[in-house]
Amino acid sequence: MAGTPGGPAGLDAHVVATRGTFDVDVTLRAAPGEVLAVLGPNGSGKTTVLHALAGLLPLREGHVQVDGGTWAGAQHALDPASRRTGLLLADHLLFPHLTAAGNVGFGPRARGMPGTAVAERVTAELGALGIADLADRRPAGLSHGQAQRVALARALATDPRLLLLDEPLAALDPATRTDVRVTLAHRLAAYDGVTVLVTHDPLDALTLADRLVFLESGRVVQEGTPSEVVDRPRSRYVAQVVGLNLYAGNATAVDTVLTALGPVVTPGYAHDGGTWVAFAPSAVSLFPERPEGSPRNTWPLTVAAVELLGRLARVRLVDGAGHPVVAEVTAASVTALRLHPGTTVWAAVKASEVTAYPA
Amino acid sequence: MSIDRRPASAGLASPLRSRTSLLVPAAVGVALVVVPLTALLLRADWAALPQHLAAPTVWPAVRLSLVTTTTTVLISLLVGTPLAWLLARATGRVATWLRAVLTVPLVLPPVVGGVALLLAYGRNGVVGAPLDEIFGVTIPFTPVAVVLAEVFVAMPFYVVAVEGAMRQVDRRYDALAATLGASPWHTFTRIAVPLATPGIAAGAALAWARALGEFGATITFAGNFVGTTQTAPLAVYTALEQDPQAAIALSVVMLTVSVVVLGALRGRWVR
Repeated sequence: MAGTPGGPAGLDAHVVATRGTFDVDVTLRAAPGEVLAVLGPNGSGKTTVLHALAGLLPLREGHVQVDGGTWAGAQHALDPASRRTGLLLADHLLFPHLTAAGNVGFGPRARGMPGTAVAERVTAELGALGIADLADRRPAGLSHGQAQRVALARALATDPRLLLLDEPLAALDPATRTDVRVTLAHRLAAYDGVTVLVTHDPLDALTLADRLVFLESGRVVQEGTPSEVVDRPRSRYVAQVVGLNLYAGNATAVDTVLTALGPVVTPGYAHDGGTWVAFAPSAVSLFPERPEGSPRNTWPLTVAAVELLGRLARVRLVDGAGHPVVAEVTAASVTALRLHPGTTVWAAVKASEVTAYPA
Repeated sequence: MSIDRRPASAGLASPLRSRTSLLVPAAVGVALVVVPLTALLLRADWAALPQHLAAPTVWPAVRLSLVTTTTTVLISLLVGTPLAWLLARATGRVATWLRAVLTVPLVLPPVVGGVALLLAYGRNGVVGAPLDEIFGVTIPFTPVAVVLAEVFVAMPFYVVAVEGAMRQVDRRYDALAATLGASPWHTFTRIAVPLATPGIAAGAALAWARALGEFGATITFAGNFVGTTQTAPLAVYTALEQDPQAAIALSVVMLTVSVVVLGALRGRWVR
């Protein structure tokens, strides 16, 4: 049913699809056992891509190949029931009239597995997630976290080659989310198919995924391993997710990049043309007056907002043209500098704290 | 719709006068329904009821009604349920037209339905003529005609009720069932039908009640022959001319059966 084997194992997909007036054009590749996180702001096309992979939305162009078999291509497309996918959404969507065991056994039964084998499979799947004792409960009698675990067991019970997780933890309260994230990480480690995880929570992506793909407006803006992305974001959204200040600019000298914020002095790197410069909020120091001395980057900025995070404070600043800078300072300096919206301060970043890399 | 279960005195006593303008039309409405039902019970000759029910035309009529209405409900379940599911999930223009066509019997005078049935399945009808010529089968004036008439008028009620219930089934369940490998038939039997069971029960009750009361289409298309096509309502109508007390007795039986069925469904499925 999964097409002709022989091609590369894992996922090879080029999804070109339209939903309403919005279109996506995204290429995704992953090896068996890999977890691919798809991140992006609301409306970036994450769920559209997922539905296209599941066969719930037709491709306009492109292809979906899994383990060498063609699920969708120029000639034909398999219907959702003939693809080997497992789908888990934010809402567990357990069938309310079936017990947990009935839900987990639904897929194997629908695929014609005999009753005794179904029962064994159900016990194994529920056991793997540590919820064997919930087998006879109906969804109404389960907590959100338990229900989401049952839904994960249901998605995996059909031996999918492609596991599709759409914001699987988004509807859970913070404590439950942490628990289910651990369960999920543990279970995914033992899963040998490809997982595509759609999320907007960077913590999900960084803790669960082997590779990250960032979408904006239906296009891939960046992809890489978590460490590559964390070190070198290439879009404002990515920078925001990984918590860095990021500016596009042009290298005009060995150690200077001209950005919208002004010239930024870097540790020095040889590159001509388009360049990204990034620095951490913790690298930004704030002063009431312009600081004197060593080659620093200094800008006069206005405080837009202050948030306290324990003993630290996250200060959102803007320059005269509205370009944002985020600084992380101690809560004590918020008092000392009288930081509140409207205050004007000088921000300084040491050249050695700036990372510059080609655009 | 939930009914206010507070004692009537608490709700009505003090603001009674200010509500007069509402209560008068409401009371008239209640009277229009309750007075005839009460009259039926008042004028029934209770002592002689068993004797009237033993009249030779009563039992065949009741039996025919039970058999044909049950058959009608079974046909509605078997044919109408998949139809309701397809309509609940269909979006195209064809579905819109189909929905409109299926609604016609709800508003059509039953006698017109009977004429239409006669033109379709009558001896010279569009379908009836070839049936007669090729197979020697004639439908009018047989119990089959009674069932066809009842299905024609009653099944649309069933389909409309069940389609409404099935639209309430979250579409994401369909998508999920599909990714789990369920065929459309499997999704229909294991997801749609169980989740729409209250609607199916309500629809079946509605269709059964409509079929039980069927008169116009039946008498036009199937005739009024004791034992073969004379259903309980036709027997009541016929008896009213010769033996009014038998008509009343039969009416009381039908009223009782209807109320018992509604009562059994009430609270469990029909609200």
